[in-house]
This record gives sequence, structure tokens and C-alpha cells, in this order.
Amino acid sequence: MDPQALLTCFSTASCVITQTTGGLISGMLLFLVAAGLSLIFGTLKVVNFMHGSLYMLGAYFAYSLYTATGSFTIAVIGAALGVGLFGLIFERLFMSRVYNTDVLMQLLVCYGFILILDDAVKIIWGAEFLSMGMPAAFQRPPIMLAGGVLPVYYLFLIGITLGVALLLGVLLTRTRAGKIVRAAAVNPTMTSALGINTALVFGGVFALGGLLAGLSGALAAPVRSMVAGMGFSILIESFIVTVIGGMGSIGGALVGALLIGLVRSFGTIGFPLFTEGVMFLFMTLVLITKPSGLFGKEQ
Amino acid sequence: MRGSTVWRDTAIAVAALVVLVLLPLAFPGKAFSDFVIRLSAFAIFATSLNLLVGYTGLVSFGHGLFYGLGAYSFALMMQKLGTSIPVAFVATLGVSALIATIVGAICIRLKEIYFSFLTLAFQMLLHSIIIAWTPLTGGDQGLTGGVPRPPFLGIRLDDPHHLYVFCCVILVASLYVMWHLVRSPFGYTMRMIRDNPRRAEFLGVRVWRVRLLAFVVAGVFGSVGGLLMSLFVSSAYPDFAYWTISGEAVFMILMGGISVFFGPLVGAVMLLLLNDVVTRMTEHYSLMLGIIILCFALGLRKGLLGFVLWAWARRRASTS
Repeated sequence: MDPQALLTCFSTASCVITQTTGGLISGMLLFLVAAGLSLIFGTLKVVNFMHGSLYMLGAYFAYSLYTATGSFTIAVIGAALGVGLFGLIFERLFMSRVYNTDVLMQLLVCYGFILILDDAVKIIWGAEFLSMGMPAAFQRPPIMLAGGVLPVYYLFLIGITLGVALLLGVLLTRTRAGKIVRAAAVNPTMTSALGINTALVFGGVFALGGLLAGLSGALAAPVRSMVAGMGFSILIESFIVTVIGGMGSIGGALVGALLIGLVRSFGTIGFPLFTEGVMFLFMTLVLITKPSGLFGKEQ
Repeated sequence: MRGSTVWRDTAIAVAALVVLVLLPLAFPGKAFSDFVIRLSAFAIFATSLNLLVGYTGLVSFGHGLFYGLGAYSFALMMQKLGTSIPVAFVATLGVSALIATIVGAICIRLKEIYFSFLTLAFQMLLHSIIIAWTPLTGGDQGLTGGVPRPPFLGIRLDDPHHLYVFCCVILVASLYVMWHLVRSPFGYTMRMIRDNPRRAEFLGVRVWRVRLLAFVVAGVFGSVGGLLMSLFVSSAYPDFAYWTISGEAVFMILMGGISVFFGPLVGAVMLLLLNDVVTRMTEHYSLMLGIIILCFALGLRKGLLGFVLWAWARRRASTS
């Protein structure tokens, strides 16, 4: 514990700005993953324990596409779509078989996939840390703000993520597709009785969740190093985020993700060994006082 | 319970113990005795978790809390206080019972997946405390300096053979007690709550009290698993409280069979064997394990022992 260092940081604008932007981008990347997790849970009532692996796949897909084409745009879009497709196939072929069993079977299927994908990544891309490097378009001097460093790519990342959050909100609340998803979440039997193919809806939601996780991985590729097993920590953090924000709530996921991002960022200064501890403390307190999460509907 | 079943079960337990103790004569290698010692820790741990998951319907994701707690509180008591092994053993059970009562009372208020997540959060909280409290726990390096194992009653646990027999005795005794627990009226109440908590409530069962008691019993036995492991490795590591430990116990339960008392034991044998065999055969251990896990999840949902017993019962039914 080093509260002194935290106080020193808070007293200088440069440190606060650097840490805040660092926390914001962690939070944004986390939001994309957690939003998908939350969406899948909210609609299908299953916890996708392999959601972190989808994030990992996104990063590696982006790496390969970027090295092959040299275009970061193609890499990001291709990785997101690729992981979305993977999510759809996983849901149709495997996950849909364990919907009506207990949560442990779902956990088992997902864990099997986590292990397989981690090893597959090692076989295809190697066991060493990989880094993609910053795309040329973003290789500019960072913006300096009151002594704090603000890389251009961070601004781009924050902008894109906020755009996605907005789009997701509009999609779920303002469109017919969103209405169908919400209806299937509340009562799948009734929804299918109304002539809607709920299997398609569930597959679609899984694909969307996978797409978001893949997008997050692809966007993380320039700023994070890649290694097999990188999905584990983001999975745990996404759980914390969805529990804090409320399972099934996209807005809650955004607030929770930013909170966790900032805790992580300032925690590395003030309490480097207990950063995770603080996150779990948050999670425990929220579960005890309001199990449905800060923004979730009461069960 | 009739007296004769108690006698029969006791006789079986004693016979099992004798066989276990004599087995090293047939398999004299150190690899075998080490395997049985590790098995004793994991089998007790997984069976205790199954009291919650399989018998009471409480799907805990954080049972590793007690594994870590048992290992650390026992190792720390031996190291810092210099107590004798029986005292530290009993005191560890006491500490676990206390923590399990507090954590359980908070957790069982929540339903389904929220219960699971809260137990996970508590476990990870312990893990974080172990990592952060470096002066006491050694942080992520684990406890250094070894766990002293002074002799008591002529038992010297620093002797591998004594440790082997000790672990066998604890294993058989723990399974014996848990077996009788699930056969007792209390065990039937646990299953009734698993199948229909509301009905149990209407029949006058204090559901929360049964759940809490089950949580405490499971926690105490879970800590015995961690304790044995800390005795074996003569240390304690943060990994003992990491969520992967809970995950492994869940896989053991599911691989052996959730609906059978000895399922977790069979599952523990399978997972440990897999661990040893597959790591020796291939470097793609997780790929193999992942595929095997998928086969169980999609094809063999009753677990191995559960399936064998089911198939046997069906054959008997068709022949008679």
C-alpha cells in the first residue's frame, strides 16, 4: 500500500490526466467485452465464460489481418466480423445444446473452449508475446494536456467505443430488432409463439456479443501485447463489471467498466498489490447491497 | 439409520483404509504415494464442494476460499505459533467454520448465479489479501521457510510413509463422515431443498439454516483438503485460493458424476491421472483436456461413475 504516492499523483494535474486517460481506455476496452457478456446474459440467461477468449481471438485476428494487408481498418473490421461469426458457430453447435441444463454444464463447455482456444493460439501464433505496433496513421506525437500525455490513438479509441455504445443503445431500444431481442429476453416461449425464430435471435445475440469482444481485442492490439491466455484477466474483470453494473444492462456495463478502468489505473500507483482486491471488494459490496447491480432491474 | 448399516459402513471404511495403506507394497514408487497424497487433498475438497453443488443445489464458484484458507491458516499456525499438528489441525477447522458461517450467512441470501458470483468474489478477495499482505503470507511467492512438522503421538509427518498413512486416514475418515451426513435425515433435507426449496419451507424446514449448515460443513471439509496439500508441499501458495482451484473441483465433480457420492472421488482420480499422463505425452495439454471436457459436457453428462451406475441399474432392471 502506498497512499502517499496516490496523494502525490492527485496533487499534480499531469499525473491525474495521464492516469485518467489510461484508465479510460482500459475501461472502454473492458466495456466492449462486458457489454457483450451482459447482452448475452440478459437475453439468453447463460453466462458465456469463454467471452475473454473471444477478445483474445479478436486481437490475434487483427494481428494477422494487419500483417497481411497493412490496413488497420480492414484488420479491425475483419477481426470483429470474424469473431462474431465464430460466436455464432459456437452458439449454434455447442452452447445451444446446454441451455436447458444447469449452469455447470455451460461452464464446462466454455472452459473446454477456453483451453482449446488457448492452445490453438499457441500452435498457430506461437507461445511468445506478440505486439502489433501502432498503425502508421496514429504514429503522431501525443497531445500534451497540462503536462499529461494523451496519445492520439487513445482519443480515437474512446471515440469509437462511445459511438458503439450509442449505436448499441439505439439498436436495443429504438429498432424492431432490438424490440424482438428484449421480448425474447423476457419470454422466449411467447416470442416464438408469435412467429419469431428465437433460435435465430439467440444466435444473433451471441454473434453480436462476439463481434463486440472481437472489436475490443482488435482495438486493444496496438496498445496491448498478445499472449495465449490473455482472455482470462479480461473475463474476470468483465464479470466484475457486469455484476456491478447489473447483468443485462448496457448502461450499467459502461459505468462499471469506466469505474474498474479507473480503479486499475490509479490502483497501480496507490495499491499495486491490492488493485484486484479493490475490484472484488466493490463486487462483493454491490452483490450484498443490491444483487441485481447498480443499474439492473430487480429480480 | 439402523445399527447394522453403521457397522457395515465402518467395516467397508476400515477395509478401504487397509487396502490404501497396503497399496504402496504393490506400487513402491514415490510417484504413487505422492499421487495418493494429492488425491486425498483433492478428493476431500471436491466431495465437500459436492455437498453444496450436488446435494443442496448451491452452486458455489468460490469453494477454493476454504482450500486456501485451510492451507494458509494451518501453515501459518505451524510456522509462526509453533503449535503442535493436532492443535493447528483443530484450530484450522475452527477458523474455517467461523469464516464459513460469516461468508455463508451473507452468500445464501442470494439466488442462483448471484450466489455463485458472490462466493467467487469472496474467494478472490482472500486471494488478493494473500497477494497484498506480503509480510505475513510472502505474497505471490507463497510461504517461504517450510511448514514445520514436529512429531506427535509417535507420528512423524516429515517421514513420507507416515505422511502417506496420515493422508489416507484423513481421506477415509472425511469421506466416512460426509457419507453419513448425506445418509442422515439432514442429508435428506438438503436434497429436498435442492429439488424444491419452497416445498421444504412449507413443510416447516428452516431452509436458510440447513443451507448455512451445509455451507459450513462443506467449508470445514474443504479446508481439510487445503491443509493436507500444505502439509504435502510444506508451504502454501496464492494459487491455492485462486479461482482455478474451484474450477478444478467443479470438473472433478462433473467428470465423476454429480449425483453420486463417490463421483467427485472418481473425478479427482481421473483429472489427476489425466494431468500426469497427458503432460507426459504431449505439450498440448490444454488442447487435450479441453476436448475431453467437451466430450463430458456434451456426451457424458452423468459423469463416469454416474453413467456406470446408471447403466448397471438399467441392466439389472431389464434382466429381472
